[in-house]
Amino acid sequence: MTTTPASAASATVTVQHPVTRKRLSSWLIFGVVSLYFLIPLGATFYWSLRGTKDVLGFEAYRKLFADTNFLPAFSQSIVNAIAAIFLSLLIVVPTAYWVTLRLPKLRSIVEFIALLPFVIPAVVLVFGIILLYSRPPLLWTATYNSSRVVLICIYVALSFPYMFRSVDNGLRAIDVRALTEAAQSLGANWPTILLQVIFPNLRTALLSGALLTFAIVIGELTIALYMAQHTLGPYMSDLTRSKVYEPSAMAIVAFAITWAAMGLIQLVTGGQAQTTAGH
Amino acid sequence: MKTNSTNSQSAKSTAGGALRPPRIPIGNWLGVLPFFVFSGLFLIGPVLILAYRSLQGPEGGLTLDNYGQLATNTVLSSYGMSIKISLTTAILGGLIGFLIAWVVSMGGLPPRVRLLTTTFSGVAANFAGVPLATAYIFTLGRVGLITALFKWLGVDLYRTGFSLYSFLGLTLVYLYFQIPLMALTILPALDGLKREWREAAENLGASPFQYWWQVALPVLTPSILGTMILLFGSAFGAHATAYALTGGLFDLATLLIGRQISGDVLHNPGLGYAVAMGMVLIMAFLIFFVYSPLQRRSERWLK
Repeated sequence: MTTTPASAASATVTVQHPVTRKRLSSWLIFGVVSLYFLIPLGATFYWSLRGTKDVLGFEAYRKLFADTNFLPAFSQSIVNAIAAIFLSLLIVVPTAYWVTLRLPKLRSIVEFIALLPFVIPAVVLVFGIILLYSRPPLLWTATYNSSRVVLICIYVALSFPYMFRSVDNGLRAIDVRALTEAAQSLGANWPTILLQVIFPNLRTALLSGALLTFAIVIGELTIALYMAQHTLGPYMSDLTRSKVYEPSAMAIVAFAITWAAMGLIQLVTGGQAQTTAGH
Repeated sequence: MKTNSTNSQSAKSTAGGALRPPRIPIGNWLGVLPFFVFSGLFLIGPVLILAYRSLQGPEGGLTLDNYGQLATNTVLSSYGMSIKISLTTAILGGLIGFLIAWVVSMGGLPPRVRLLTTTFSGVAANFAGVPLATAYIFTLGRVGLITALFKWLGVDLYRTGFSLYSFLGLTLVYLYFQIPLMALTILPALDGLKREWREAAENLGASPFQYWWQVALPVLTPSILGTMILLFGSAFGAHATAYALTGGLFDLATLLIGRQISGDVLHNPGLGYAVAMGMVLIMAFLIFFVYSPLQRRSERWLK
């Protein structure tokens, strides 16, 4: 294929027109779809500024934070999320590590189990949990605090898909075997290898898994609701029915939290944000 | 060279047994044990007890009676509505999400637009549940901003039969997480289209349409269908958003299960368990028999 300069030039000229038209229609599509996503946010933000009659201001936010039920619910959800993240890391990192290094036969079973949270809808899961743990011999939901522990454990199980995928990707990116051998030859035992060699090398992967888990757990409604927990999800749901302006402020705060979590993931991974699939 | 030698060395040392975790045989399983215990207690156990109870008659003994009763009006209409909404939002969300992914990856827009889109999609795909329902109430609810705007233009939306608390309303709300979910999942697949395929097609005289129709789309189809299955599942299992929007009273399978948990609305606990198991069976079929094979097929091309 040889082209004369003239034919190449004419080709660019004829091509230029469709390219600008393509770009224009791209902007058009992008703009219309963006509107679909920005309008609900804009409308909510507008309502959240109308806490005082006839004046735009942050009264709704002030009232929200002054609500005696808000901070306890919020802090409870944060503690639950952090507990779930740490437990999940403690469980998933050794599992992914063992499956990569020692027990590759188990990989397909582990991956199968890690898909289960997508297969079992949250409302079905909590139905089964109540059935299993609300009567002897396994009366684990007898008190508020024991229910809370069960709730955290369910969140841990729900985080498995995201956590396992993040950690597994992280392990693929480093030479686990070489690192393990190096540590071993220096006399490290297994807990030391995991805690001081593998964990630090997986920082990025662990952080993105953790942030994703945080985003799911922080406002989770369904499971907390049927386990009668006073966390942020049920609180927000009650708020929608009982107050006029505060719910809009709450929604904006929730959006900001999700944005912070996803932005941080983008920042630490420098790439694709991941998604959860359970609403 | 260097990596080569490390690799062969590590292979040798494994064979020689230098990599030996705790000596007791059970030690081999110790690292994975907590994972299996947790999954057993909080994922598999609850489903197994639901399965067992759904097969139990009122007087004990195993029976399929509960599943036979799924064919009652209440159950059928909730399942029907759930499937209708999931199918609609999976198809619409899939198409629009694909379009957006295509536009930001090869529509000639600046790279910054793509980064903005992926970050925002990550947020929107996870911005479900109560806050999303709230945002729509303030937008398209009875006093929502858009409703007010239409009223100002002389159209009373709620007089025309529109309601946020209906099939149409719920579809609009669900699309808010379905579209970004599709865009995020399909972007890597679009990136996987190789430049050489396009060049080869052009050299053979294919028009852009022919390239898309006969080369790109066939390669992308398993990913597109697979992601749409994922979207179907995410709408089918959705409970929080619909609960927050309608107070749990709308005719959806997940909301029916919620009402059954709160107070046996079906007047038959066994039937309640069967309704819940029905959802698990549908999801398991879709994920394991449709999504996973499609996923494997798409990986064949898009490595």
